[in-house]
Amino acid sequence: MTHFGAVLLFALFASVVFGVTQRDTPRRMIRYGLYCFALFAGAAIVLSWLMFLIAR
Amino acid sequence: MATEENKNVAAAKGFVYLPLIAGWLVPGAGHFLLRKWGRGALLAVSILGMFSIGIAMQGKIYSSAHDILDILGLAGDLGNGLLYVVSRIFGLGADQVMVTTADYGTRFIVVAGLLNVIAAVDAHNLRTGRKA
Repeated sequence: MTHFGAVLLFALFASVVFGVTQRDTPRRMIRYGLYCFALFAGAAIVLSWLMFLIAR
Repeated sequence: MATEENKNVAAAKGFVYLPLIAGWLVPGAGHFLLRKWGRGALLAVSILGMFSIGIAMQGKIYSSAHDILDILGLAGDLGNGLLYVVSRIFGLGADQVMVTTADYGTRFIVVAGLLNVIAAVDAHNLRTGRKA
């Protein structure tokens, strides 16, 4: 498993739990889960590039 | 209206902390007790999947605490309920973190426990009627 694959799996599972537990209706659960997933994955990509540029 | 009646009936019967305890011991069980099959299945798959991947990555299961980070890790692991007990009994996971993926695996196991606590509290909120 690649590091990025591990990040995506982490984001997926955490987002599902956040979506199910933090919202009331199925539609809002899906929207919030997708929002969390995007934030998890996006933050990982941004921070990775940041660390790459700092290390250069 | 029917939903409101069901909620009141559910809130009136049985031990109020049962979904909380069941949800902590077995991921998703609290929601299954409340007949929230879809939500329970999603939570169970997510938490069991995260824990299993952590074990497969040779993540460490905390068994004792020597410093503050160990205490936090142990608290997170204990959130897994029976999964933690089973993993200790069968000696799953690694004793020492030797490779990078094992470090990731350790985090997966700790976070699975924390997510399980969130799920159990959600089951309790459903049981008390605080959440629909």
